[in-house]
Amino acid sequence: MAILNARDQDAVRREFERLQGPVKLVVFSQELVAGDLCRQNEQLAREVAALDERISVEVLNPAIERERAEAYGVDQVPAIVVEGARDYGIRFLGIPSGYEFSNLIDSIIVASSGEPALTDATRESMATLAGDVHIKVFSTPT
Amino acid sequence: MAVASDRVTATAIEATEFPDLSRAYRVMAVPKIVINDRVEFEGALPEAQFLDAVLRAVLPAAS
Repeated sequence: MAILNARDQDAVRREFERLQGPVKLVVFSQELVAGDLCRQNEQLAREVAALDERISVEVLNPAIERERAEAYGVDQVPAIVVEGARDYGIRFLGIPSGYEFSNLIDSIIVASSGEPALTDATRESMATLAGDVHIKVFSTPT
Repeated sequence: MAVASDRVTATAIEATEFPDLSRAYRVMAVPKIVINDRVEFEGALPEAQFLDAVLRAVLPAAS
């Protein structure tokens, strides 16, 4: 059964009119760790990718493709890396459904252009950061 | 912000699927934002205040 209904699909297709370039969803799945959640996560990524030809999906098993998982800094599943022209550091841990789904779609659009939706003042500050920054955002589907 | 700087990664975590992480970071309300395991807040902040939190998270540790 599809996760996205026809109305969701239409809404996302309209959002994807703003895509500027290709985006790859790198999906991390590990059947033995969280089979159901990983399958749902993978299905959601594929349904989203099916809505626009500029979006592709690659599924990786971190237990098998350890080096690549390490390079992405992903050590838990299910996870999705949203990658544009390069890896900007956007990750989703857990299925991005409900409230997080719109964040996934927004992330895809931002990654497609590499253009952050931030004010000039914020961008200037971000350009001269004194160190690495890891932001975790905890949320729930509802 | 992750797109704006190579030094930034942003991970959205589904709290109910990762109860251990949620416990470790004492997530009582969502959204909860944790930056560099140093600065944290609950709820959405205006962009300027969010930036301020990011900048505080990269300040050298007070000696």
